[in-house]
Amino acid sequence: MLTNNAEAREEYRDVWVVAEVLAGEIQKVTYELLGAARGLAEARGSEVWCVVLGNRISSQIDALFHGGADVALVVDDPSFMNFVDEDQATVLTRLIRTHKPEVVLCGATTRGRALIPRVAVDANCGLTADCTGLSIDPENGDLLQTRPAFGGNILATIRCSNHRPQMATVRPRVMNELPVDTSRTGRVITETLEAGEAGGLKQILKVFQDSENSVNLADARFIIAGGRGLKGADGFKMLKDLAERVHGAVGASRAAVDSGWVPYYHQVGQTGQTVQATVYFACGISGQIQHLVGMQSCDFIIAVDRNPDTPLMQLADVAVVGDLFEIIPQLIKEISRT
Amino acid sequence: MRIVVCVKQVPGTHDAKIDPETKRIIREGIKVVINPFDTYAIEAAVQIKEKIGGEVIVLSMGPSRAVTVLREGITVGADRGILLSDRAFGGSDTWATSYALSRAIETIGDVDLVICGKQAIDGDTAQVGPGIAAHLSWPQATYVMDIADINSGSLTAQRMHEDGWDLCLVKLPAVITVVKDINQPRVPTLKGRLAAEKQEIPIWKAADIEADPELLGLNGSPTRVVKTNPPQGRTKKSVVLDGPVEQSVRRLVQELRQRSLV
Ligand SMILES: Cc1cc2nc3c(=O)[nH]c(=O)nc-3n(C[C@H](O)[C@H](O)[C@H](O)COP(=O)(O)OP(=O)(O)OC[C@H]3O[C@@H](n4cnc5c(N)ncnc54)[C@H](O)[C@@H]3O)c2cc1C
Ligand SMILES: Nc1ncnc2c1ncn2[C@@H]1O[C@H](COP(=O)(O)O)[C@@H](O)[C@H]1O
Repeated sequence: MLTNNAEAREEYRDVWVVAEVLAGEIQKVTYELLGAARGLAEARGSEVWCVVLGNRISSQIDALFHGGADVALVVDDPSFMNFVDEDQATVLTRLIRTHKPEVVLCGATTRGRALIPRVAVDANCGLTADCTGLSIDPENGDLLQTRPAFGGNILATIRCSNHRPQMATVRPRVMNELPVDTSRTGRVITETLEAGEAGGLKQILKVFQDSENSVNLADARFIIAGGRGLKGADGFKMLKDLAERVHGAVGASRAAVDSGWVPYYHQVGQTGQTVQATVYFACGISGQIQHLVGMQSCDFIIAVDRNPDTPLMQLADVAVVGDLFEIIPQLIKEISRT
Repeated sequence: MRIVVCVKQVPGTHDAKIDPETKRIIREGIKVVINPFDTYAIEAAVQIKEKIGGEVIVLSMGPSRAVTVLREGITVGADRGILLSDRAFGGSDTWATSYALSRAIETIGDVDLVICGKQAIDGDTAQVGPGIAAHLSWPQATYVMDIADINSGSLTAQRMHEDGWDLCLVKLPAVITVVKDINQPRVPTLKGRLAAEKQEIPIWKAADIEADPELLGLNGSPTRVVKTNPPQGRTKKSVVLDGPVEQSVRRLVQELRQRSLV
């Protein structure tokens, strides 16, 4: 089953990005991955391919070329309207066997993380989750995959020398998109779903898009997070107001979620989401270890607390000591002044 | 209904401290605990058993001290536990781990449903659940926040996504992975504790699950960790603002503006 195909590695070339298609739209993370893929492909003198499993996506293909793809490998089928992971994995595995990519990248989203481990097993290859750094050995094409482990306490570099393709997932916002280049063009390869590939193991009964409540914290550049110090749902209204002004998303500690002040989607930490924002602004969160493991790799951390000695105040780049019910309204005022 | 819950033993983060120099977590001397997400998986299985009947088996692959997490599972309602423990499993990545667990599930036999946590807090990969499903060629539902319906042939699960959720009907046997929203794990009782202490927990070796040795442990792991580094510590000097509110806020806005953040 797990065939070591190191001898056949010469047959495997090009860097693939598996597009994330949501409600018919190719998502931003796809363009970020194309940016990363470009660098890898250039080091190897190979091409960037974007694999799109979707329905009626032809109008978005040019954007993939503008974002760095050389080839769009498209399977357009109504059955891809919804996310049936088994079927997508079957098709993707077949495409990998046929076209033999050297590297396959996919977004570490709920869908990507459901789909790609199935493909890794079926295609007999290694998979590294949530890479924060990718580079390639230009000589032999080994992908050097860096990822945080143990809650961000160590960075591990992972290599997968004896199996092709090499697969990795990357969280949204980790890699950078290329500047859009409208002069770029590329080739489109169209494939179709083969008989039996829609396996009928899963049926999607209902889809609910919750644009009101859902927060894609993994995607957010600016996170304003609140904890028990906010005292109630009203406190979160104040945070939401601040978040809107800085185009940020609202995060929360488990204490705030458990108290019912904000839905679970907002929870950051060990049993919530792990985030990598440019700014993490924590208000009234003491920063217990279970919270810190979810946010400590953010670039710039601000904490507001009346107690200067909490773990989060110690960790913060800027620690503001005082009553958040005075500080936040004042901050909103100060930001809106200009 | 026969349900297998996969539980992993992980280093706990409860009593960890921050290193003042590197501002990173100190892990030395930390005890091991059940992966927190797996407690929701156990509770989900026990609730299904209470509703429609059946048996709940907790399964773990790890060193012999991992029996403690299996006992924890039995304390809160699992019927029995099985530990996969053998040198041959050492160094397994998620490919090899999911292979070994899938072999154990086949060996148990007549399993209708496998429940995993959404991810393990040490590796954070979320790959083992879908990996097991792939090895068994079973369907899967990941990030399950609610099981709306279950009967002998199928399961209706609500899957959480970044942008909302969907409801899917999956044929059994299947693998699901669950998030914290799905339930509130019950508090262990004394009776449960006693039941757990009495239980013999069988330890299965590679030969017991008829696993191909080439696919186990390091042999069966396509990925290799080639080096580990401490992450770059926060070398920047922290700014503490503890003056009057207006002054602190003005300085804070300045810091944000310098970085073009507002
Ligand atoms: C298995 C397990 C998993 C967990 N997972 C998570 C997780 O994923 N995420 C998570 O966040 N937690 C998690 N926790 C819980 C965690 O241990 C803490 O209990 C929780 O993070 C505390 O939330 P908090 O900081 O909001 O509350 P507190 O610790 O109570 O902190 C509140 C802070 O607000 C300050 N404050 C109060 N009033 C004001 C005011 N008026 N002005 C300014 N400051 C004020 C206080 O000084 C204090 O520092 C987990 C726990 C366990 C056991
Ligand atoms: N060694 C293991 N033994 C039993 N279950 C495991 C093991 N590793 C992972 N799992 C299961 O797979 C889930 C996801 O783990 P991971 O893919 O490591 O993030 C966990 O929540 C467990 O349910």
